[in-house]
Amino acid sequence: MKTRLLGCAAALSATVLLAGCATDGDGDRATTELTVLAAASLTDVFTEAGALFEDEHDGVTVRFSFAGSQELAAQINQGAPADALVTADTATMEAVRAETGDHGAPAVIARNALVIVTPPGNPAGVTDLAGLGRDGLRLVLAAPEVPAGRYGEEILDRAGVTVTPVSQEPNVRAVLSKVRLAEADAGLVYATDAASAGDAVDTFPIPAGQNVVAEYPAAVLNSTAHPDEAAAFVAWLGSAPAQELLTDAGFAAP
Amino acid sequence: MKRRTVPLTLLLPAAGAIAFLLVPLLGIVTRAPWSSLAGRLTDPAVTEALRLSLVVSGWALLISLLLGIPLAWLLARARVPGKPLIRSLVLLPMVLPPTVAGVALLQGFGRRGLLGDWLASVGVSLPFSTAGAVVAAAFVAMPFLVISLEGALAGIDPLYEEAAATMGAGPLRILWLVTLPMARPALVAGAALAWARALGEFGATITFAGNLPGTTQTLPLQVYLLLQNDPAGATALSLLLLAVAATILTALRGRWLPVGGGGR
Repeated sequence: MKTRLLGCAAALSATVLLAGCATDGDGDRATTELTVLAAASLTDVFTEAGALFEDEHDGVTVRFSFAGSQELAAQINQGAPADALVTADTATMEAVRAETGDHGAPAVIARNALVIVTPPGNPAGVTDLAGLGRDGLRLVLAAPEVPAGRYGEEILDRAGVTVTPVSQEPNVRAVLSKVRLAEADAGLVYATDAASAGDAVDTFPIPAGQNVVAEYPAAVLNSTAHPDEAAAFVAWLGSAPAQELLTDAGFAAP
Repeated sequence: MKRRTVPLTLLLPAAGAIAFLLVPLLGIVTRAPWSSLAGRLTDPAVTEALRLSLVVSGWALLISLLLGIPLAWLLARARVPGKPLIRSLVLLPMVLPPTVAGVALLQGFGRRGLLGDWLASVGVSLPFSTAGAVVAAAFVAMPFLVISLEGALAGIDPLYEEAAATMGAGPLRILWLVTLPMARPALVAGAALAWARALGEFGATITFAGNLPGTTQTLPLQVYLLLQNDPAGATALSLLLLAVAATILTALRGRWLPVGGGGR
């Protein structure tokens, strides 16, 4: 029994080793694998963009690790090995300033703003910020503890609209689902969230003068072992093909 | 009985299991902001969430008792078709991921759910209301009461009830005066576990009832949100909930678990 267990363990580790080798020594040319830490809101669009980048750049593969921007900063400060970082706000990028800059300053690659979403057909007839203050409206916002909630509060404060939300959801995606399910009459989410929902929600933009714009900076990390490839990836994010994908996903150009 | 020596191959993993369960809890106890604990736990936002948690879990327990006792009796005593199916139905909320329970509740009792129109016609709207939080808590808590009580009822010899019946007692009177008193330890244990589960409910609540201070933001929801930018505050609240859970287990020792005995 004992020997069989040991045998299994050996076979298992051999498989892991082989799998590990395969990614490195694939074919004749050596492949460079880039590890990019990216904000969670980029998950869908970056997965697509990564495939496109790999098509255009032989010998380079991109592996993404998606998480909240704050978590990414914490991972970098704890020494997680990675080549590039893309955050959902400039403040987080500033917080890891010491870890970037050797291979170029951080560059904004996209912007995101808040929009009003309603269930299809907009049964409650909300089209602007003033409408969100109406009595009896089932308005759902993100909790003030998360960035989307803070932005929302800021926007409503500035517009002088007093609201009584029925719920403050723990993240902006939960706001979107409450609107999609038509449990809520209206909600404030990022333009990218609204774009991801397609026809499942109606979207009403908030004028730039009243809106808060979130910037997405990208930077090569000082600790990278592949500075050239990483810089090429960051620069590529600003190129036309990448920007087209970002725009389709609801982001605004930098 | 001969005392067997514990083989090292079992002792080591077992010790590992204990450490695995213990270390995170020790983390809460040692990292809790003890010096500012009193201030944090009497903060108005915390007392409001605590009050709401007690209200929600109390109602959930009451609903569980009112509906769960008859169901447990039905499963243990009555001849009904599809009993294994009903039993699986009762077990489901215990094994479902709580967020799935929340989605299920939305699709059943939400505004656009199966009963949404009917509920609206009688003026009831559960999502985003305290009643919705109660429903979510009861949904996940009631199974604990039903399963615990059914097991006990099945172990009680029907002779006692038959004897009471021959003396002219009706079924409800028998349940109240004979059956339930005999099943009291299991009833108390089941009720305590159900209440504890209701108090700790998070996933179904935030999915179905949302999160609004004073209306649906119970203690576990507040812990989760505090963790975003006040980890010390979240740890303080976690300590409070941990203490409640430990108290319940201590009170149940000897009722729920025969070991240690004589808890009463």
